[in-house]
Parts: sequence; structure tokens; C-alpha cells
Amino acid sequence: MRETDIAIIGGGPAGLSAAIYAASLGAKITLIDDGLELGGQLIKQTHKFFGSEAQFAGIRGIEIAKKLIQEIERCKNIELITNATVTGYYEDEVITIIQGADGNIMKKLKAQRIIVATGASENMLPFINNDLPGVYGAGAVQTLMNLYGVVPGNNVLMVGAGNIGLIVSYQLLQAGIKVEAIVEALPKIGGYLVHASKIRRLGVPIYTSHSLKEVYGTDWVEKAVISKVNKNFEFIPETEKELEVDTICLAVGLSPLSDLLWQAGCQMKYIVELGGYVALRDDHMKSSLDNIYIAGDVAGIEEASSAMLEGKIAGLNAAVSLGYRVDNFLELNINLRKELKELRANPLSEKVKIGLEKALIKREVD
Amino acid sequence: MLEKTGIPIDDDLKKVIPDKKRLAKGPVVIIECFQKIPCDPCAISCKFGAIKPFKDINDLPQVDFNKCTGCGICISACPGLAIFVIDKNYSEKESLVKLPYEMLPLPEKGKEVYALDRAGKIVSKAKVVRVQKIKNKTNIISISVPKNMAMKVRSIKVEDKNQ
Amino acid sequence: MRIKEHPILEFNPGKKVKFTLDEIEMEGYEGEPIASALVAAGVKVLSRSIKYHRPRGFFCAIGKCSSCLMKVNGIPNVRTCVTKLEEGMKIETQKGKGDFN
Repeated sequence: MRETDIAIIGGGPAGLSAAIYAASLGAKITLIDDGLELGGQLIKQTHKFFGSEAQFAGIRGIEIAKKLIQEIERCKNIELITNATVTGYYEDEVITIIQGADGNIMKKLKAQRIIVATGASENMLPFINNDLPGVYGAGAVQTLMNLYGVVPGNNVLMVGAGNIGLIVSYQLLQAGIKVEAIVEALPKIGGYLVHASKIRRLGVPIYTSHSLKEVYGTDWVEKAVISKVNKNFEFIPETEKELEVDTICLAVGLSPLSDLLWQAGCQMKYIVELGGYVALRDDHMKSSLDNIYIAGDVAGIEEASSAMLEGKIAGLNAAVSLGYRVDNFLELNINLRKELKELRANPLSEKVKIGLEKALIKREVD
Repeated sequence: MLEKTGIPIDDDLKKVIPDKKRLAKGPVVIIECFQKIPCDPCAISCKFGAIKPFKDINDLPQVDFNKCTGCGICISACPGLAIFVIDKNYSEKESLVKLPYEMLPLPEKGKEVYALDRAGKIVSKAKVVRVQKIKNKTNIISISVPKNMAMKVRSIKVEDKNQ
Repeated sequence: MRIKEHPILEFNPGKKVKFTLDEIEMEGYEGEPIASALVAAGVKVLSRSIKYHRPRGFFCAIGKCSSCLMKVNGIPNVRTCVTKLEEGMKIETQKGKGDFN
């Protein structure tokens, strides 16, 4: 059977960062990703990142992805298994991997440590005819436009004014596609206001306290009905408005993809501030099981910048727990945690911080 | 209101617009960034120390307008596309607005485009004075607009000949 | 439809290949997902729901939602959003749960 020091599941910003960091300490890494291409959501992000220089501020997501993937390819001690899904975890520390689109290659891998960086899946929204073609998840719209240069539709209604809804609206405009409006059920815009302002001045209205009620169409979306909602998100009668759109883009939040952590028997908790069920973890990103670490959206929905930092922390500590040495281990840990703390030291991160507090396993001091 | 609409109102703007005296002196930066988020490339990009170094990465940008030369290097550095440079007295009747632009087609120097306000409404016509193609693809467009529009115009609309 | 020019991105598609959807010849780029080539060619309905035959289109793009299951070269239930397009592929709209006939 194949053996490795650390299996990293998921090749998005968290998994890539974890792999690079752990590999730099000498650990043998196997990185498994289910996409056609490595990089997770990072390879679709055309906007410049926030943060500071250490977190690639000012650099577009696609460029960050390029840098990370190039580094991965340079590391001789990182083995890649792509277009592959990890289907199970067994008590003898073996994971099973199904590879290829028709899933007819199966691999078994024994790993001393596992870093789960599986990311998140998009939430669905209940509305009439939400199964019609033309209703897309925001991630799918990004994939079509930004990876393959395909136009997903001509006239788009964006549902959700969090960062994803705002960013994807801007990307649609950049691809030359009309965004009819953005609706947001909350009374306030949830994403960064600079993102909101830049699409407003290109003429896209944002309707807060509004949601999508219904779409019409025979074989695909031909019309959408939006309506005002009250504080309890109930539609207010006679506030409906019809929009001529052929595309609905859903950006209504993400849920951690934690199936594997459940199956492995990690201690799990539903934490609404983190987007759903997450594994409890210590400040080394180690779960309640000694050999399983977590990083990125699967540990709680946040931004790619924090995912990369969590990946570094998980990679560093997983490698050191296997006996790989680095001179200034304590200092590195402290600095990475400090960077994370600084990223989260703003009012928009208050919710996440409450959630993280609930998810923390207190560890004895280093 | 900004949190509901994405459009800053006068109360927001008065915090970031320099006084009349400074505006009259020549080009100066206006940073329309009103929310604490972890982001500091503007301060790092400024070679004149006009955007003060951040103590905390979540700080709002603080500008020393007397040090600002209006060079505009911060315009393309800002990930939020929230920075503009205004030269109030560009000519007798016109002001110059330098703005970030990441759309196609790019306007052509000397041509006329529509000038849009913060809600994307056409408020006047503008003449394209300069098109700076920047390596990071946040290009900088300089337009001249009637003086009374300098604090309103924040985007442009270019007629696409192909459409 | 495909994006003609983009202010940030450059697209480097693979070579042009021909494939068929329900015996109608179409074109796409080698290596892109089958479903992406279909959307680019204007195909909106990729499958039908099993019980009520409701139309299903491109939805998640990460092989998780089953909206794009089609018959590819005789194999049913292929996730066309995560399967690369190849020259001469025979794509069929699948009826029901899918079979090998």
C-alpha cells in the first residue's frame, strides 16, 4: 500500500498552503484534490486580495493561485493526486481514494497525519422553480466565466450581497454580462462596502431587505419575481417586482464540507457563526483526534486569506508532530497566530470570532 | 445608508474630502474607504508618506493632504478600487478626475465618454485626458468634467462600437 | 456563447474538437468540461428529473449536485461538469436513471 507522512485533502488555498509549509520541513506530502485543476476557488478570483503584504495583498486571486501551484510543483516531496475524491477514512489510518470521472481507479493510502481542507459547498435557497436551468450557484458562474471563458447567461439576478455575491456581480460585468440587480434578504450589505460601491457606480442596484420569491420559465429561467421581506424574512405582500432575467446566481452562503471529519469520528459541533457543523480544534488546527488537522472553510467559513494562514499552521504543526524539525517552531506558531488575529481584528469578523471561540479546544501552553 | 445602498452619503464623504484651500492648490487624493477591513496596500504604495502607515491592518486610511502630490499611484494599488484623485482647478471651467477602471473597452484619449455618479447614473459628459495602462490591470483613466461635477463623478461609460 | 475579450483574464483554450449531442454535431475545446462546451453552444437543458421530467441545467460545477448527469460514450450518469471533453465524444441526454443500452 502507498504510504505518506501527511495526506492533505483539498487543493484550495488552505490545502496548498498546508502542503507547501509541511513540505518545507521535509515531510512527505500527498495532496488530493477533486477538481479538474488544482487551486480550489482561488483560480477563479480575478479581484485583488485584501490583507497585508504577507497575505498577498493587492495581488489577484488567480495570480496567488499560480504562485502557490508553481511552488507545489517545485517541491519534490509533494505527490499530487488530482481529479480524485477521498471516499472514506478507516481506523488503521487508511483513506480510500476514487480517481477519474468515471471513478474506476481506486487507491488506498496510509497517512500518519491527515489535513482536511475540503472547503465548503454552496447553500441552496427555497423559491418556486429553483430547479430550472439558468439557476446557478455563484461558484458555477465563476467556473464557466473565469476558467473556461463561457458566458453563463445574458441578464443576471444576483441573490446575496455578501462578498461572493458582490465579487461575482463585478466579475459578470467584467465579462460583459448585464447584472439586473442584487437582492439581499438582510437589511444591510454583508460584504465589503468597497465591493458594493464599485458595482453601484457601474449602475447595478442593490436591494436590501429583498429576496427572490419565484422564477418563471418553461425550460429555463425567463423571469424572476423579487419581493421585500420583513425582519423575519417573510415576503411582504404587494411589494413584488418582476425582472426580465435569464440567469439567477445564488450567493446565499456556504456550509463546511465536513463529511469526512464526521466519518473519522472527530468531535463535531454546530456553530452557526462558522456556517454549520465544524470539527472542534486547538490553536494548532488539530481536531479532537491526534492525527487529523483542519484548515480553511471546512473549519469555519471565512476568507481565502485566513484559509491560507490556517493551512500554514496546520502544515507546520502536523509536520512537527511527526518529528520534523524547524529551529524557531514556537516563534513561527506565535507569528502565524498573530497574523490571523490581526486579519480578524475588525467589526466584520466579530461573528467569526465568536464562533471560533466556541470551536476551540484549549491546549496546554507550548 | 452606505450599508444599505453601497453609496456613500455626504456625511461619509466629508470625512475624506480635503478642505477648499487644499483642493484649490492642485491634484489631491480622495479615499472613499469607510469600513474597517484588513487591508493596507494604499499606505504601502505611497512614496510620499501622505497615506500614513497603519498601526493596525484594519485601520482606515489617514491622509496628510499636504504631503499628497496627487500622483495617483495608490489608485491602482487599492484592492477596493476606492481611491480617486481630483484636480479641482484643472482648467477654468473643468476639474480633472482620475479613477480606477477594470472594464472593457478602454476609452480612447481625446474621446468623449459618459460620466457616472456613485449610483451609476449619467450626470454629464467627460473628455478622456489620459489612459494609463497599469501592469496589475487596474488602469487609471483621467477625465475632465464640469467643475460642479468633480465630487459627483466616480465612473465612466464607454460606448462599445462592437455592440 | 464565449467571452470575446476580458479586462483581466486571458483564455488559452485547448484545440477545437468536434463531438455530438444526441447525434447533432457540435464544437468545443479539448480539456474543458463537457458541460461547459454545451453551455457555450447554447444548450441549457442537460438532463431531466427522473420522476417529473423537469429540466435540469448547469448548477454546481464541482460534481456535487447531479444536475448535469448525462450519457457519455455509452456510460450513463457521467458528471459532465467535471469530465473533460475529448474529440469525437458521443454525448446523450439521459432518460430516467440511466442504463447501458
